[in-house]
Amino acid sequence: MQKITKEQLTEKAVSLLRDGTVTHVLGWSAGEFDYDITPAVFSDEASLRKSFVWNDFCGANFSKYLVSKTRGIEGKLLVFLKPCDTYSFNQLLTEHRFDREKVYAIGIPCEGMADIDKVKAICGDGISSVNCDGEKLLVQSIYEDAPISVSPSDVLAERCVNCKSKKHVAYDELMGEDGDVLDSARFDEVSRIEAMSPDERFLFWQNELSRCIRCNACRDACPACTCEVCVFNNPRSGVENKSPANNFEEQMFHIIRAFHVAGRCTDCGECSRVCPQNIPLHLLNRKFIKEMNECYGEYQAGETVGSKSPLTDYTLEDLEPGEVFDRGDINA
Amino acid sequence: MRKCSLNSLQSVFGKIASSALLYLPVDSADGRAVFSKWDDGTPLSNALNTVRSPKDFFFPQTEDLMRFKTEGKSIEVIDVREETEDFVVFGVRACDVKSFDILDRVFLAEPRDSYYASRRDHGVIVSLACTRPSETCFCSTFGIDAASPAGDVSCWKTESEMFWQANTEKGEALIKKIEELTEECSDEAVKEQQEKTARIMKKLPLAGLNTDAFGGGKTEELFDRPEWTELSEACLGCGTCTFVCPTCQCYDIKDFNTGNGVIRYRCWDSCMYSEFTKMAHGNNRLSQKERFRQRFMHKLVYYPENNDGLFSCVGCGRCLSKCPISMNIAKVMKKLGGE
Repeated sequence: MQKITKEQLTEKAVSLLRDGTVTHVLGWSAGEFDYDITPAVFSDEASLRKSFVWNDFCGANFSKYLVSKTRGIEGKLLVFLKPCDTYSFNQLLTEHRFDREKVYAIGIPCEGMADIDKVKAICGDGISSVNCDGEKLLVQSIYEDAPISVSPSDVLAERCVNCKSKKHVAYDELMGEDGDVLDSARFDEVSRIEAMSPDERFLFWQNELSRCIRCNACRDACPACTCEVCVFNNPRSGVENKSPANNFEEQMFHIIRAFHVAGRCTDCGECSRVCPQNIPLHLLNRKFIKEMNECYGEYQAGETVGSKSPLTDYTLEDLEPGEVFDRGDINA
Repeated sequence: MRKCSLNSLQSVFGKIASSALLYLPVDSADGRAVFSKWDDGTPLSNALNTVRSPKDFFFPQTEDLMRFKTEGKSIEVIDVREETEDFVVFGVRACDVKSFDILDRVFLAEPRDSYYASRRDHGVIVSLACTRPSETCFCSTFGIDAASPAGDVSCWKTESEMFWQANTEKGEALIKKIEELTEECSDEAVKEQQEKTARIMKKLPLAGLNTDAFGGGKTEELFDRPEWTELSEACLGCGTCTFVCPTCQCYDIKDFNTGNGVIRYRCWDSCMYSEFTKMAHGNNRLSQKERFRQRFMHKLVYYPENNDGLFSCVGCGRCLSKCPISMNIAKVMKKLGGE
């Protein structure tokens, strides 16, 4: 159950629309089965009251939408940001990707989002509705007479199990209470992979990445990937490609992308959430974050606006290239 | 109709695999079902369906079409086509079987696509009836009966038995091959299962979805509908829906420069991509709204217009469960069809 309700958010959005603070609202629109929620821009009270929804399945990170949805609008766009979304928000501002003046940001608390695949692993297919209003999720299946009661903690999305922060780092207004930066276990899985032998590690990634169908959902959902035309979509780049033409390409695409977003990735986890093939892409980014933390001191992308990532910031204390080389050897 | 006990299913698979490559849905380590090659003992998945569709067997995501080798001023054209081995795909659901009718009309119409045709000639499709459809299923919208799948052979799996029914010559040949391992039987158990499934189908949340507002001749009526803006608003422009779709058939042909020659290959393309059908004059669909509209107009209007009213969606529901923003053909049909 989320601490803030759909009704509270709807009333807030309606009042800001009425008093003219904002002209548009970026929110969640209800689907067919309670869990299939679509991001939407609302511009009138009636549509908000009809379709606006907020529940345990509102996982999508809205920050990236601000790049396209603030363009060409008169007035301001209201956006509701979960704590993790605010890091992407700041990172995009650091990169001058949207006009801050066009946005009215409300920070909302988040108790973690549910992963429908985990729900289905418990309740099976045939889910007709999920009630998220109580302490437990009540999952109604067409195969059962009574709803199945599920603990939210049993179906929490991976990125929420390892939530790094309940603290909002950007907002114009906060609803509910702010939280703290958490001690998460998010690097445990990276450490496990680091402990593998090089052959085991290669096999692990080969197995994961060979499933890639190059749908580009990871890239298209990624708030750090905001190039107007991606090099891989540009026929003039010489590296444009639409498919995993061979193994090398499958592996390289994701590694190149991880390098591209290194120092800018806030670890929001959208890449893994949207992957239709369940590839744990966030682990590549987490490896980079862990490396940077170890080599250059703790750094969280998006914690503040305008901060420089260790990769673009030189200090006298920086690791010497030789030390980096030695590190590589030790970890090989 | 013939049947075998589920205990002897592996022997039946073994018999089939003795003269053809056999593929079937298998549970992968991360819990998804994937069509995989059968080896001795490989268990059949209990999952409703695979993430990737069986389209891949006949129209793979990438394939080499030909090679060119240059030496000085001469250029050699190399035909890379090889004789396709006979293969059997077991466990294809009714929706996915129907997708081959849709693909056939594209690839087997003149000029016949010899690459696709060869695989169709050498492939045998063994379907498997559904008993536990998902909330994302809506095959009945397109007149498909999940409990009576087509294919060269149709199968029904009960608690303890597998029932086999040949529908084509190829199917007869396959049944002949496993004759000793199966026995003639009545269709009573199958009928009972079909009736039960029919009752479940009526309870599905999308059971009432219909195609009344769509079909050939509806272009003018639907093309400029204002709802396209709202429907496409959150679309990321990724290719997930098109790549998991059993009926999407668009591809690009590209040349890969090897240094002393060229590999000409084709790969799936997606109408969701900004460079889709880009030509010398530029791109004819500049916004994501236009790209989004193209996909659904193609499935619901253009394709049926050119193919005797046949819609090019089979209601398998893959796009419903895989779209990162949960926008899909069912929502489009409801919105444009007046909910």
